[in-house]
Amino acid sequence: MAEKRFKMNTKKLLKGAVKGSEYKKEALISYGILIIGYILLQLGAMAGMIGHNLQGQFVPICVYVSLAISLNLVVGISGELSLGHAGFMAVGAFTGILVARVLERSLSFTPLILIIAILAAAFMASIAGFIIGIPILGLRGDYLAIVTLAFGEIVRNIMNVIYFGFDSNGKLRFAFNHTIDGVANQDRIITGAIGATGVTKMASFTAAALLTAFTLFVVLNLKNSKQGRAIMSIRDNRIAGESIGLNVKKYKLMAFVVSAALAGMAGCMFGLNYSTLAPIKFNFNTSVLVLVFVVLGGIGNIWGGMIAAALLTVLPEALRQFADYRMLTYAIVLIVVMICTYNPTIKARVNMFMDRFKPKKKKAKTGKEAA
Amino acid sequence: MGLLNSLISGLSLGSVYAIIALGYTMVYGISKMLNFAHGDVIMVGGYVSFILTMYVGMNGWLALLVAMVACTLLGIIIERLAYRPLRGTGSLAVLITAIGVSYFLQNSALLIWGANPRVFTSLFDGMQTIHAAGGQLTITPESMFTIVANIVIMIALTLFVGKTKAGKAMRAVSEDNGAAQLMGINVNQSISLTFAIGSGLAAVAGVLMCSAYPVLMPTTGAMPGIKAFTAAVFGGIGSIPGAMIGGLLLGIIEIFSRAYISTELSDAIVFACLIIVLLVKPTGLLGKKINEKV
Repeated sequence: MAEKRFKMNTKKLLKGAVKGSEYKKEALISYGILIIGYILLQLGAMAGMIGHNLQGQFVPICVYVSLAISLNLVVGISGELSLGHAGFMAVGAFTGILVARVLERSLSFTPLILIIAILAAAFMASIAGFIIGIPILGLRGDYLAIVTLAFGEIVRNIMNVIYFGFDSNGKLRFAFNHTIDGVANQDRIITGAIGATGVTKMASFTAAALLTAFTLFVVLNLKNSKQGRAIMSIRDNRIAGESIGLNVKKYKLMAFVVSAALAGMAGCMFGLNYSTLAPIKFNFNTSVLVLVFVVLGGIGNIWGGMIAAALLTVLPEALRQFADYRMLTYAIVLIVVMICTYNPTIKARVNMFMDRFKPKKKKAKTGKEAA
Repeated sequence: MGLLNSLISGLSLGSVYAIIALGYTMVYGISKMLNFAHGDVIMVGGYVSFILTMYVGMNGWLALLVAMVACTLLGIIIERLAYRPLRGTGSLAVLITAIGVSYFLQNSALLIWGANPRVFTSLFDGMQTIHAAGGQLTITPESMFTIVANIVIMIALTLFVGKTKAGKAMRAVSEDNGAAQLMGINVNQSISLTFAIGSGLAAVAGVLMCSAYPVLMPTTGAMPGIKAFTAAVFGGIGSIPGAMIGGLLLGIIEIFSRAYISTELSDAIVFACLIIVLLVKPTGLLGKKINEKV
């Protein structure tokens, strides 16, 4: 299977190197989905067609779409299974909240605070990615997956014992594993397992959509660069990549750290969207949720992951009429979709069915659709 | 004496992890998949036993037996319906399906039994706690039976896998699926059997765990599941003695860090130990190193 994929990808890569058409198509679809989705949701909200509940989901949708894109960089493009994406998200979220709360005192221009908070979040998350990435990227497959899982849990546990707050003189105070004395309730920033409180809501749909566009820009451009091609060739055949002198660790680390930084940024946007945020939000289930988006959208397929993330974020809301049965329905949908997309017999049938329409498609492709 | 007491509760918790880890490790060995739903099978086992003792009035031990049968069937059904259609399609697809199954089990439990935590009556209710060394050393019946059960299961399973025909078939399938089939081994049956054993043991683990920590919720199985999975990797995934050593070590580390370092940070310390072990020995303590062919 790996060999087949390698061959297919070399073909694709060669084509890509010559014409860049594969990249153009992917970029066109991805940006198109983002822009159309943004416009549709904005119009829907303005026209009053979208309910209040769903409007509250706009920022989380963008955040999860960004997370799916950034995780695709590790899982799809670099070919490593990561189960700790929520860990980077948590680092970003709490860094962002801390920075925003501190800056709030001297700055009043919200977009500037937001940008600085996001940059700080990206910086801290990339440091976390670097620290965890250096030792573990020598591990393979499932072992790497379990270490990323462990990392995510460690981050959440440490967040549970971190305390930040302003004391009566307005000085920033920090404590580890014990509460801080002399901090008034409203001056608490991060309070252990309770998490961040009193956060000013700075995130907006437009800001979140711009962040998603930035994430898309970084990942698509990395994928289509010399470095991206090196990362993918290592994924397809590590030994072959090593033999032509690629520095495996360096490229794997590059994908991992970039993905972590982007996850941190998304986490920051997520954190600044709520007035309170508990560390429990960033548990293993969140990491898994993002992984589900990536796998359901097709591993390595960036716009597929985007669609899956958006749909699955809305799905629990849309299933509200099933009330108690909604998460059960969600689980069943997940299992059935996985079996339908990956089962060889069903796949063959679908392909047979699709073949009937193939001649038409080819005609269309030679025309305008190819561009 | 505090040290010894901690050691005993660590061994007891570790034994629960070890029994759960067995399910992970055997399934991973034979079908190379991470069965994330395994933790939730534990929860189902706990609930079945709880319902039978509380509402039907069944004897605890009999209820344990019924729970084992129920979980065994559940394991076989899950494998048949959710995992078998995806066999040979790569581990990620099966992994996500397993996560789906896990959500399914948790939410079914939520619908059937409600979100309220239930207080589980210990299987060893009414038995005396042993006090030794002038009352300083306490051994609860729960920890004693858990440790004993772990040892018995470990010996029985090692004998089963090593000596019986079905066990040898299982090993053959995990070594080389295709070659085993050519030798006339029924691969499907072997995999079903593995799931059956793993899930049956999960029921035992569930009842033992709920006896020691008597709160039962639909999410009860999730965290022990993750930790047991960690234990399996710790010891070298795919290895039965590895699961035992990994489970015991994990339990001891957890209890000791709870007692001597910090309750909140105990999980972080457990996972940090895992990372360190994997860095020193990338395939776990007893894992086999697989040489790569070029």
